[in-house]
Amino acid sequence: MEEPIIQLRSITKVYRVGVETIHALRGVDLDIGRNEMVAIMGSSGSGKSTLMNTLGCLDRPSTGEYVLGGKLVSAMKADELALVRNEEIGFVFQSFELLPRQTALENVELPLLYSATGGSASARRRRALEALQRVGLGKRVDHRPNQLSGGQKQRVAIARAILNNPRILMADEPTGNLDSATTTEILALFTALNHGGQTIIIVTHENDVAAHCRRVVRLRDGRILSDLPAEEDAEVAPYVAGARETQRAQLEAQGAAA
Amino acid sequence: MKLSGFFFLKSVSMALSQIWANKARSFLTALGIIVGVASVTAVIAALTGLKAKVLSEFESVGAARLYVFPNRPDNAPRTKFPWEKCRLNVNEARAIMEQCPSVKGISPIVDVPMSVESDSELIEGMSVSGIWPAWHDAVGRKVLRGRPFSAIDVDTARQVALVNQAAVDELKLDREGSGGVGEYVLLGGRRFLVVGVVETLQARMFGMNSSQAEIFVPFSVAEKVLSGWYFMQFVALARGPEVAEEAQAEIEYVMRRTRGLQPGDPDTFRVAAIDQYINQFKSMAAGVTAIAGGIVGISLLVGGIGIMNIMLVSVSERTREIGLRKAVGATSTAILLQFLLEAVTLTVLGGMVGLVIGKAMAIGLTLIPGANLEKADVPIWAIAVSLVFSAGVGVAFGMFPAIKASRLDPIEALRHE
Repeated sequence: MEEPIIQLRSITKVYRVGVETIHALRGVDLDIGRNEMVAIMGSSGSGKSTLMNTLGCLDRPSTGEYVLGGKLVSAMKADELALVRNEEIGFVFQSFELLPRQTALENVELPLLYSATGGSASARRRRALEALQRVGLGKRVDHRPNQLSGGQKQRVAIARAILNNPRILMADEPTGNLDSATTTEILALFTALNHGGQTIIIVTHENDVAAHCRRVVRLRDGRILSDLPAEEDAEVAPYVAGARETQRAQLEAQGAAA
Repeated sequence: MKLSGFFFLKSVSMALSQIWANKARSFLTALGIIVGVASVTAVIAALTGLKAKVLSEFESVGAARLYVFPNRPDNAPRTKFPWEKCRLNVNEARAIMEQCPSVKGISPIVDVPMSVESDSELIEGMSVSGIWPAWHDAVGRKVLRGRPFSAIDVDTARQVALVNQAAVDELKLDREGSGGVGEYVLLGGRRFLVVGVVETLQARMFGMNSSQAEIFVPFSVAEKVLSGWYFMQFVALARGPEVAEEAQAEIEYVMRRTRGLQPGDPDTFRVAAIDQYINQFKSMAAGVTAIAGGIVGISLLVGGIGIMNIMLVSVSERTREIGLRKAVGATSTAILLQFLLEAVTLTVLGGMVGLVIGKAMAIGLTLIPGANLEKADVPIWAIAVSLVFSAGVGVAFGMFPAIKASRLDPIEALRHE
């Protein structure tokens, strides 16, 4: 079997807030393989945000090992982690986090600003344009965020996330600020990217969002509570059939359009 | 870590758009820098103009000019060198003329207070100077109208006078287009024929004399009325600027011999070349520049604190943006550099605006009549120094906010409301 691209071994994370010690993660073991689409679920305080931050190399575990794509990132220094985030991880946030005065294209180019191998101006522009086309925004490259709808903003954010062809796409409540129709669109986009080979991790507390993933990892009190295929997770299962149906419809619509 | 040229280009363009987006705020923030740079630029321009003017005046006539003054040595017993032994004697001027090959001409100048009277005006206690004909060449003042003094005027102690234009005006000597020449003035009650009119000197640079009128009489005439205390100096002209130093040495030698000073005795006189005045002026100008620099330093400090304040505000406003940038791979160094570049862009822009205003002020200075500043200009070095200082202020005062930004934790920053 192929080596998983993410291997977490006995990950713990301990915070100190004043005199209080918070055990956010109490020993997490998790493997995620290439081309998976995983939902991480849990109530607030379950440790899912800490796990996402750890997986996204924004934070280092207190103990344990994290191997990403064969590299032991849990032992890396801050600058090395920045490079890993730049090249191997794409983030999508609930509130989009676009720079308001920059055009869609400039927002998408942002990661190239911090990469030593950005290439020429035209190569950068071409890559950003490609990414925007992949998310279906090829015609709105010069719009600023305030000229875009919520769904379009999130598409720009996704284009920015996939620009460097990252090993993993981390999405933190990506549809939390979107209405249901737009939610479906964005989830279909994730599914399409996943079909194209992109590994995706979505942190969510909504079962119907998780239903679009193939695997659901549930956390409670800093430990993994369950790790099941979507259709076997008791709470997510009822939504799976609907999600599959929506995905099929979207794919057919795209196929018909193409 | 390696950062691309794209990073720097983009950082500067983002800094500019940030400044543009907050125009009023940026302007007010940069005001301290603008005022500081504008004022120092104007002061330097004025000094440069003054220096150019003074030096060109000095050099056109003065490089070969030497002055001899009486000078009582410091720390020497008053009894050994009483004032009477230090004071210059006209025979010493004759000795210098005869014995110094590098000296082309020399004139004593002795000032005698006299009452001066024309037909309509009376000025009491005006200083009348006794001179030799060589005075014209030595100080470079020709007659505008009439004639200069001649050897005969001096030898026969003729009762003739030269006046300057200011004296013509003040004594109302210009009757019926004579320009003053041919009129008579009463000096100490005796009638003098005005034979020539010389130019009025420009106003003294520091301190205005109430009257700029000057009257000259032949030395032999002034000598007759000398009594008790008087002050005499010599003005000499070397054969050329290149022998000015030789002339100075010769004069010192002749003066010491004439006065019978023993080796080891201090000089009881002082020979000054115009060079020394130039140097004196230059050091004074440097002093003024240093004071102006100090004032500017203070205003740059104040401006810098404003910059620091606004950058701290900017960091706090853009905390989420910083978090995002870190999430997409910005290192702490990259964030530090971006905020430093933003501060530097702001201060350098402020410096540029200040330079433009300073230049405009310099142009304004050249238009002030009689201020002797028609050569006021902003030298290249001042432009370079202003911009380097502005950038330095940006780095110095932008550093703390930039460090603060660079140390933000990306998770905390993204959670910031």
